[in-house]
Amino acid sequence: MAKNGKASSNGKAAHWVGKKLKRKEDPRLIQGISHYTDDFKMAGMLYCVLVRSPHAHAEIKAIRTDAARALPGVVAVFTGEDTSAVGGIPCAMQMPDLKVPRHPVLATGRVRYLGEPVAAIVAEDIYTASDAAELVEVDYEPLPVVIDMEKALSSDTPYVHDQFNSNQAFTHTLKNGDIEAAFKKADCIASQRMLNQRLAPIAMEPRAVIAEYLPGENRLTVWSSTQIPHLLKTQISVMVGLPETAVRVIAPEVGGGFGSKLNVYAEEGIVPWLAMKLGRLVKWNETRRENFLATIHGRDTINDVELALKKDGTILGMRARILADLGAYHQLLTPLIPQLTALMHAGCYRIPAIQIDIVGVFTNKMSTDAYRGAGRPEACYNVERIMDIGARELGMDPVEFRLKNFPQPKEFPYTTITGLTYDSAKYQESLKKALKLAGYDALRKRQKAGWKSGKYYGIGVSTYVEICAIGPSAATPAGGWESGTVRIEPTGKVTLLTGASPHGQGEETTFAQLIADELGIDPGDVNVIHGDTLAVPYGIGTFGSRGTAVGGTAAYLATQKLKAKMATLAAHLLGCKPADITIGRGRLSAKGGKKSISFGELVMSAYTARNIPAGFEPGMEATHFFEPSNFTFPFGTHIASVEVDAETGEVKIEKYVGVDDCGNVINPLIVDGQIHGGIAQGLGQAMWEEVIYNEDGQLITGSLMDYVIPKAHFFPEFTLDRTVTPSPVNPMGVKGVGEAGTIASTPCMVNAVCDALAPLGVRHIDMPLKPERVWKAIAAEQSGGMDPLPPELSSAAKRGTSAKAGKSSTRRRP
Amino acid sequence: MKKNVTISVNGIDQRASVEPRLLLVHFLREVAGLTGTHIGCETSLCGACTVLLDGRAVKSCTVLAVQADGRKVTTVEGLADGDKLHPIQEGFWEEHGLQCGFCTPGMIMCSHDLLEHHPSPSDSEIREGINGNLCRCTGYQHIVAAVRNASRKMSKRATARAGAR
Repeated sequence: MAKNGKASSNGKAAHWVGKKLKRKEDPRLIQGISHYTDDFKMAGMLYCVLVRSPHAHAEIKAIRTDAARALPGVVAVFTGEDTSAVGGIPCAMQMPDLKVPRHPVLATGRVRYLGEPVAAIVAEDIYTASDAAELVEVDYEPLPVVIDMEKALSSDTPYVHDQFNSNQAFTHTLKNGDIEAAFKKADCIASQRMLNQRLAPIAMEPRAVIAEYLPGENRLTVWSSTQIPHLLKTQISVMVGLPETAVRVIAPEVGGGFGSKLNVYAEEGIVPWLAMKLGRLVKWNETRRENFLATIHGRDTINDVELALKKDGTILGMRARILADLGAYHQLLTPLIPQLTALMHAGCYRIPAIQIDIVGVFTNKMSTDAYRGAGRPEACYNVERIMDIGARELGMDPVEFRLKNFPQPKEFPYTTITGLTYDSAKYQESLKKALKLAGYDALRKRQKAGWKSGKYYGIGVSTYVEICAIGPSAATPAGGWESGTVRIEPTGKVTLLTGASPHGQGEETTFAQLIADELGIDPGDVNVIHGDTLAVPYGIGTFGSRGTAVGGTAAYLATQKLKAKMATLAAHLLGCKPADITIGRGRLSAKGGKKSISFGELVMSAYTARNIPAGFEPGMEATHFFEPSNFTFPFGTHIASVEVDAETGEVKIEKYVGVDDCGNVINPLIVDGQIHGGIAQGLGQAMWEEVIYNEDGQLITGSLMDYVIPKAHFFPEFTLDRTVTPSPVNPMGVKGVGEAGTIASTPCMVNAVCDALAPLGVRHIDMPLKPERVWKAIAAEQSGGMDPLPPELSSAAKRGTSAKAGKSSTRRRP
Repeated sequence: MKKNVTISVNGIDQRASVEPRLLLVHFLREVAGLTGTHIGCETSLCGACTVLLDGRAVKSCTVLAVQADGRKVTTVEGLADGDKLHPIQEGFWEEHGLQCGFCTPGMIMCSHDLLEHHPSPSDSEIREGINGNLCRCTGYQHIVAAVRNASRKMSKRATARAGAR
């Protein structure tokens, strides 16, 4: 495959790349014969249940475990005192002023969030273990709770961690350009405070861990539902104090992650420790309730965003102050996420000056960390909302406003004010394609007509850019490269060992497609192995839309090494120069095509090694560790059309259009699936999802009854199209697609609803846009009453003019 | 206080002495050894554990094994006919109706119930029909396509069978 992915490097047209190949993963999944961690049942296996704190903040005065221990079938009960030698839960981030509290696997002395584990029960079966957990008595002395992240920074607040004398975990400022001058010379400053609510990732497979320790071999094997088996292996070895060579981590079938399994959790320290301590296999399964309590949450920021504008719509500068609720402890990447938010505040716009100030705050809640998009949806939301608000204040159409501020395609690679270098993009083409697909002009006409009959139609546009293929190692906390080992077996069948351990992304299929094209063989002959640290060379994992762009590229480059080796051997056997060898359709041919050797024969001769060139290394295996030179920056345009019932606040999503550009596409079916899923999660945030802790730190949304995961009938059919702008960062020209939908759709939806309600004076509504909240926003704009404006809206209430007359009028800043 | 139960699972009688509180899903996974039926929430909200009990879809995390005594259960493992996939399984494969696959067995069993009772559902009827089953990966669009695909196949085969008679 050449740079644009249209042709293979041997000159033949690509055969498999670009095809909607059915997934190789699926037969085992649709028959229910695959194995997720919970599906393994081994002889002698014990079951672990954790006792968790019912308080958000309390002193542990005493723990009585006698009754639990006495229950027949209970093997052992341990508390934080027993596990004090187990290493703390790691945080991979280092920052100058970052406060890092010790994060024990079982709490000692004090609990700091609801659901923090305080004791571990091990029993012969799960029912007995659960019964025993009920028998553990813990005396707690409740402490004042820190819930509100703004109050947490005041002087008279209790502290989550007394030793820091503050709840401020870190500060981070990104500043470039003359921001003061930009705001001084602005004709108009659009400003808005926006909440990005706390979310729960809710992978359908809850987390699960099994551990087995064989003292004779000094071998600890841990099965875990994780996105990062190798990083986890390293961390487990540190936590339990074994040499890393004694630890094997297996990520079997993993039932979704969305960032929540890009982590190292308490249970991944406790369960291996229990297996070592007891000399028995131990399994722990997370319940959904525990998943809400003690698997990381996402988002949870308060954003004060300002945009300095010239009258003609030119952006002069952007400022944002962001408070990020980190929860009680840092998980693996907790402090990183808000920094990604800061980085992406340039969006897809030409912004000459910027200042982003972030404060990370400790509260008595579960940690926040990477959830699909991980900092970028927050940035995109701020940017795309403030663009709409700015356009409205100037009386400009949001599309016209965006087009005015996009960099031109010829300016790429484009260096942003935040210091990133965007690889390639055609924002204008994407926007225009989406407008056409959505029927934008007709939607605007209908909107105006609707005002006369009391119908509130809204059109939301979001033009996004995301940072993917994470990433160059210099910019990542734990290595941003990925490994790929391609082994052509003596029979000509191919094994790929990829470090990018997937959890639903279909890498077994896409990676097989790209290798099949390179070697001129069938994807069915390529077996992709992942998720076993004993089999696969060290790798980083699947997250940050990096699987194909980094992991796929590693596989691609390892394949290139083998192709060179095969050409050397083929040239030797056929009596020509290696440069004259072409590979394709199961054969290696000399120039002219008269002499050739089958793929299988050639490979076998590399293993039999009886007739090889001098110095030729037998076998047919190559490994490549790919270090990307830059991130990739997929982009696109999403448009939503909605109708809002002004009497009930109910929002109906009528149409949803996405035009995405993820560079070259290996499997269109899988790419579309990724975008659909992303949109669904983004709309979930915009419309329904919200993790709510009450003032006592109790989780109000602790089940799937209270926390709304979107269902099938919540959505219209999404209409997708794409543009293709290859990335120059990797030889396949691919960018990444896993998070695009989540990043684009949230502001798109809120823009649509605010657009619908603009005639009623509504400027902004915080997510999720539940009917009650929408209705209240409308009611608040009515003069003391609850009824929305009568349908015969005066012309002054229409878009643009209302912006000048109403409360969202243009304001000068000193 | 254990109770003897006999549950026909995919046509095979599974006999066991069980605690009355044992959930059907645990019976299927731990006693019958069929782990295709997944546990996603334990509160009948996610649908990952959906199986057929005497032909109707139930969430096996809120059915007791003793309630299924003497009855017939079909799990996802019981759908294919040897190597021949069930049309619903084919539909999910062809339309990319799954990503991580965890909700898939429940989604397939729920679709089975839907298509048994509404052989040719509209898209919105499919969306309503599967609304007791959560999927976090696909945004449901390809699942709807999968059920539509299966519906077409099953109707065609039913017509062919009727023609052959």
